[in-house]
Amino acid sequence: MTTPLIVFFVLAALAVVGAVSLILQKHPIHSALSLIVVMVALAGLYLLMGAEFVAAVQIIVYGGAIMVLFVFVIMLLNAGVEEHTSLSKMAGPPGLLLVLALAGFVAATVARSGASVQATTQTGALSSTKGISEMVFKDFVYPFELTSFLILVAILGATVLAQREKT
Amino acid sequence: MRALLSANAELVITIVKIALLLFIVLTVNAYLTWFERKVVAHIQSRWGPHRVGPHGLLQPLADGLKFLFKEDPTPAGVDKFVYYLAPLLALTLALTSIAIIPFGPAPIHLFGHDIYLGIAPLNLNIGILALFAITSLGVYGVALAGWSSNSKYPLFGGLRSSAQMISYELALTMSVVGVLLMAGSFNLRDIIDAQAHHPERGLFGWNVWRQILGFFCFFVAAIAETNRVPFDLPEAEQELVGGFHTEYASFKFAMFFIAEYTSMITVSCLCTIMFFGGWLSPFPASWTFTHYLPSVILIPFGLWVIMDGLRYETVFGRIILPGAGTALTLLGLALIVLPQFNNFIQAPFWFLSKVLIFLFVYVWMRGTLPRFRYDQLMAFGWKLLLPVSIVNVILTSFAILAKMQWSAK
Repeated sequence: MTTPLIVFFVLAALAVVGAVSLILQKHPIHSALSLIVVMVALAGLYLLMGAEFVAAVQIIVYGGAIMVLFVFVIMLLNAGVEEHTSLSKMAGPPGLLLVLALAGFVAATVARSGASVQATTQTGALSSTKGISEMVFKDFVYPFELTSFLILVAILGATVLAQREKT
Repeated sequence: MRALLSANAELVITIVKIALLLFIVLTVNAYLTWFERKVVAHIQSRWGPHRVGPHGLLQPLADGLKFLFKEDPTPAGVDKFVYYLAPLLALTLALTSIAIIPFGPAPIHLFGHDIYLGIAPLNLNIGILALFAITSLGVYGVALAGWSSNSKYPLFGGLRSSAQMISYELALTMSVVGVLLMAGSFNLRDIIDAQAHHPERGLFGWNVWRQILGFFCFFVAAIAETNRVPFDLPEAEQELVGGFHTEYASFKFAMFFIAEYTSMITVSCLCTIMFFGGWLSPFPASWTFTHYLPSVILIPFGLWVIMDGLRYETVFGRIILPGAGTALTLLGLALIVLPQFNNFIQAPFWFLSKVLIFLFVYVWMRGTLPRFRYDQLMAFGWKLLLPVSIVNVILTSFAILAKMQWSAK
């Protein structure tokens, strides 16, 4: 076992534990905290692959900004322990089936590809900031601009909804 | 043992560096509280701490002991796990962020290894982004402390701080983009090197002149991020008792306290690096006589400390103060005698001097400025800082583009 591989398994375990805890926690704040653990663990995995920029952005955007907003909204609404209705309890078994199906599908794909776990620690084109910027602003500039346009529309929509509520 | 040491030399050096930096930062923290109390006191025509030791120099020690020995009650109805997690998170993240800061360009040669000042590796190409990533997580300490205390005033404090940090983080990140464009790198060392292109210009080569808008936005947003006056709404005493840390006592409170002062140091370091040339001397490179400035400051200061110490009749005053004064004087003399040592000390000397000036500005503002109202704070962040920093990015990009076209002709 090399050191990167050990770190990989630690981070992967952290991410999985965080994800499971996100679902099982009773209180919304605890769920949000679990999600932060998942985000940070994922950032660590990106770092392990040599994608420094993506790792930093993952923490700044998801770990910092978006999750702070989640926590803020939960605190502002003072959301308590969630209630279980009979319908939400019924959703359990089919959900478990879906999870098993998805996990099986992912496992099958991984097994068929033949690449070892070691391969995940290799640096790719995403490693340097320059490589990313060339990809985003040269190769895929139209999809990128289209996405930002979509986000702009979403922002406008949110503003319109908020304004209507006020009047 | 020897083989093990030499095989893991990098690891050992890093661990020693971490321990040393931790010690230095915590000591500086303690004396920062003394400095702040003294300066604010003099601004308000008071004496400040002066009972414990000469000039109140032992006051931080007394405060630390008091924090350790206070009763540490846990209020009823708190969310235990989050309540204990919050101060730990705040302190850990604040201390981690200082690991990214480089303190000097040249390595020390010791035991056959080049030891650089600063913990992060030299080629940390995401330097500034890593710092922002760590500070962006710092808000959880405050927000979770407010929420988990199960009390209404801390909750208000936590809510305010979350909203404040979300608002100001955008401006903070946008305001440094100009500097990053000019340096062409996220690496903090590269950013300082980019300001050293014209060594004959001295302090006029620093980023602050060309990035004055960026500096304004960065400094204001950074103060808001560290929750200091005039943006200390999360802990506004008059409205919120103690803000987010109302329900914390003893060392858990001290952890928030240390976290706040550590982030002050980090922000001061960052201001120095991004806009004030880091470890570069403010004088033109040809003025070699300015290299004796550290000695010129150290020797009279050391002599004054000796003189001052002799006036006291306590052990600390009579023995330790003159001892420290002698050490400072000898250090100043050694700097004159050993030119190599003197050359090495220039960079850390200027870096620390600039950081100290920024820390003074922090305290100065606390002594003079009143607190913002909450709606003013939000309006200021979203309606002034963010647009101005975006305009700064656009202006800088066009200026760089124009310069490139001009030099291509």
